[in-house]
Amino acid sequence: MQHGKRGPAFWFLGAFFCLFVLFLYGPTLTILILSFQGPGGGLTFPMNGVSLHWFRNLFEKQMVGDFAGSLQRSLILGVAVMLVTVVAAFSAGLAFRSRFRGSGVIFYLAIASLIVPSILISLGIGLLYRVLGWDPAWYSSAFGAHLTWTLPFGLLIMFAVFNRFDRRYEEAARDLGATSWQTIRHVIVPILLPSLIGVGLFGFTLSYDEFARSLYTAGTFNTLPLEIYGMTTNVTTPVLYALGTVTTGVSFVVIALSLLSVTWLRRRRARHGSDAGKAA
Amino acid sequence: MNRVKSWVTYLQVAPLALVFLLFLIVPIATIVVVSFFDYNTTQIIPAFLLQNYEELLLSPVTWRTYQQTIQFALITWALTLLIGFTVAYFVAFHVRSPTMQTVLFLLCTIPFWTSNVIRMISWIPFLGRHGLANTTLMNLGLIKEPLEFLLYSDFSVVLAYVHLYTLFMVVPIFNSMMRIDRSLLEAARDAGASGWQTLVNVILPLCKPGIAIGSIFVVTIVMGDFVTVRMMSGGLSASVGLMMANAMSLLQYPAAAANAVILLLLVLFIVAAMMRLVDIRKEL
Repeated sequence: MQHGKRGPAFWFLGAFFCLFVLFLYGPTLTILILSFQGPGGGLTFPMNGVSLHWFRNLFEKQMVGDFAGSLQRSLILGVAVMLVTVVAAFSAGLAFRSRFRGSGVIFYLAIASLIVPSILISLGIGLLYRVLGWDPAWYSSAFGAHLTWTLPFGLLIMFAVFNRFDRRYEEAARDLGATSWQTIRHVIVPILLPSLIGVGLFGFTLSYDEFARSLYTAGTFNTLPLEIYGMTTNVTTPVLYALGTVTTGVSFVVIALSLLSVTWLRRRRARHGSDAGKAA
Repeated sequence: MNRVKSWVTYLQVAPLALVFLLFLIVPIATIVVVSFFDYNTTQIIPAFLLQNYEELLLSPVTWRTYQQTIQFALITWALTLLIGFTVAYFVAFHVRSPTMQTVLFLLCTIPFWTSNVIRMISWIPFLGRHGLANTTLMNLGLIKEPLEFLLYSDFSVVLAYVHLYTLFMVVPIFNSMMRIDRSLLEAARDAGASGWQTLVNVILPLCKPGIAIGSIFVVTIVMGDFVTVRMMSGGLSASVGLMMANAMSLLQYPAAAANAVILLLLVLFIVAAMMRLVDIRKEL
């Protein structure tokens, strides 16, 4: 299978793969194009001229609800969720390297957090706040709801990372007299930095795009996905697509920054990594 | 382990445990408690009634909705498994350079980090009455009238599920495939197995854990979904999640909570059955 000429199976599967990628990205590309629709254009092709009309429209507050406000809230929430996810998942990953009483319970809670349908988490937190007489808000209840989705991902990634981590680095640091904190700060974190960026990417994007877990937890002020969802029922102009383009654009910038910084770190490590045989 | 060290361990795991306690355990417990409450048009009243469950389980609508939701889950599961396995198989075994494998794998996973709601909206210009699909088919002379079933139907719901969730299959299956020792494949070939026989008798069994993890994700997400059904069916299809959301909007919180408990039990039962096939801790 790995040697010699490409057989018909390769071309068949290759074509299948290309179709799959087209299926994944095609619709998004379509709304990207349609968001530059002229002022008289509609929700489908043909293009009626090319303009930035619908993007300008997006930032006029009275036209489409509170786009700027919900974008700002979602960005702040995403960054907060990202920071907590990275710190909490990393620190729990450290703890899980040794068995401790209750480790099994917490592991299964993480799995449960992934498989319990999002709408139940949302409903549960919403009901809890109602029973307690508190007002749900995007920075309190929705923040917690998002963490129940991002933390299990972060924890599982940290498990995979620590399983491949060579503990001799750590032992070497300790032998050289480093304290536990110094070992974490100067040895473990730098080595795991690419993976931590990956966890951060999960934390930010999953929160930024989360709909179901925000539904009953966001309170008075909408996050961006809720705002978009609200618009789909009452907006019938390409401004909807402009919104889609801007939102997806933000996601792509975040994804690209993460991937680029990981690649950059790897390259740098390959250049400076080993000093074996270089002793004077 | 000495005292100080175990104290540090608990401190390290505390933030995680606290989030799960406050935002997973307590809310689920609240749902269970509220599911026994009484309610009227304006408020919920603490009580211990089985009435919410009775009304729910005696209504034929409930059974139809659960049946439809399970049907969605099964169809989506079969399609995402078939497509996901094929895609992962191509990248893992037919692409030779590791760099190319990484690039193609990333290409499949990037949409996971973008908004689901936007990805659903993006089907409108394709499937609508005057959308690309209908215009193309009409220009080709294949149909005279626009096809109505493309958007706002069970078809578009399943299409959106497959579009959104196939990568939940691709990633774990690809992961399983990359761990298969390549010398096994060589041994199979040397023993005279055809490519197809190798696939069925060697690769497929070794991918079972990946398939199980992917299936757990896809099935639990579809079982609890409500926004995809609402958006892609235009309110024409039903799902358990949608039924709960409707009860919530009518302020019938205890009714929604009872439904949530039943859904949770069903999902946990399905997952427990699938977990028998795989030890997740070994897969990391």
